[in-house]
Amino acid sequence: MVAGVLEYELRKILQEGLPLVEKPYQEIARQLAVSEQVVIEKIAELKRQGLIKRFGMVLRHHELGYAANCMVVWDIPDDRVDQVAERLANSACVTLCYQRPRRDKWSYNLFCMIHGKERAQVERQLQEMIEAHQLDYPHQLLFSSRRFKQRGARYV
Amino acid sequence: MKLSEQDRQLLNRVQQDFPLHPEPFKVLSDQLGVPEQEILDRLRSLEQQNAISRFGAVFNHHRAGASTLAALAIPEHEIEEVAAFVSSFAEVNHNYQREHEFNLWFVVNATDQKGVEKVLNQISATYEYPLLDLPMVKGYHIDLGFPLW
Repeated sequence: MVAGVLEYELRKILQEGLPLVEKPYQEIARQLAVSEQVVIEKIAELKRQGLIKRFGMVLRHHELGYAANCMVVWDIPDDRVDQVAERLANSACVTLCYQRPRRDKWSYNLFCMIHGKERAQVERQLQEMIEAHQLDYPHQLLFSSRRFKQRGARYV
Repeated sequence: MKLSEQDRQLLNRVQQDFPLHPEPFKVLSDQLGVPEQEILDRLRSLEQQNAISRFGAVFNHHRAGASTLAALAIPEHEIEEVAAFVSSFAEVNHNYQREHEFNLWFVVNATDQKGVEKVLNQISATYEYPLLDLPMVKGYHIDLGFPLW
């Protein structure tokens, strides 16, 4: 198989999911008509290149009992956003932390996610984080009240 | 769902650096001291219960394609209809209702920026509600999965 085609087909499988069998790489190697070693080396290469940022099981928090999902949005002065973001990102309760642009009716430029078993626990973790790092900036808590769709991204 | 201490250990282990070895579950078995078959059975059962969304790769969306976080401010009584329309796009992978004036938040992923814009344009042409388009400027947290405690 041509290298570019192989990478495309492999990425499709990696974003849809591998089978939970004893030899998963052999299984997809068969589908792609290449050797198991080629599949393993290609995944390792995509990881090294940084195209794959994580390889393994992708969980659904809600089904595991972590029902409270909160997006906390912050309005941080532009010259301090990196510094604050590093502190947030290093907090154990924060799973993702992104800088995003401000808009006309939207003054918040830093976003982080906090998951917990219940709302009160998330609020407590946030309060502890604010106190520990003196995060005295305007912010809002956007708890999710309903999940309409959750799946892996499809790029190819 | 009730998770045992062994479940937590297993799930914390398998979310990242999954063994790139012909028999990865055997490697995990050695690392965790749990029989290979027991690991596979447990993971299959969690997948059947939808607690595992998939066994695969999380791509760096900056490098794998284009992506944005978008939000709509929708009258409460229309949210289900609009949410269903938004979810119907294959490019939308996450779609949540949140407690805010902007009450529907969704992620759009596509091969390129044009693909992302096409979806947003179709949504705003169908429902003329305030729309936020908030592409990532910078990411600070390496996605290490979700620590269970």
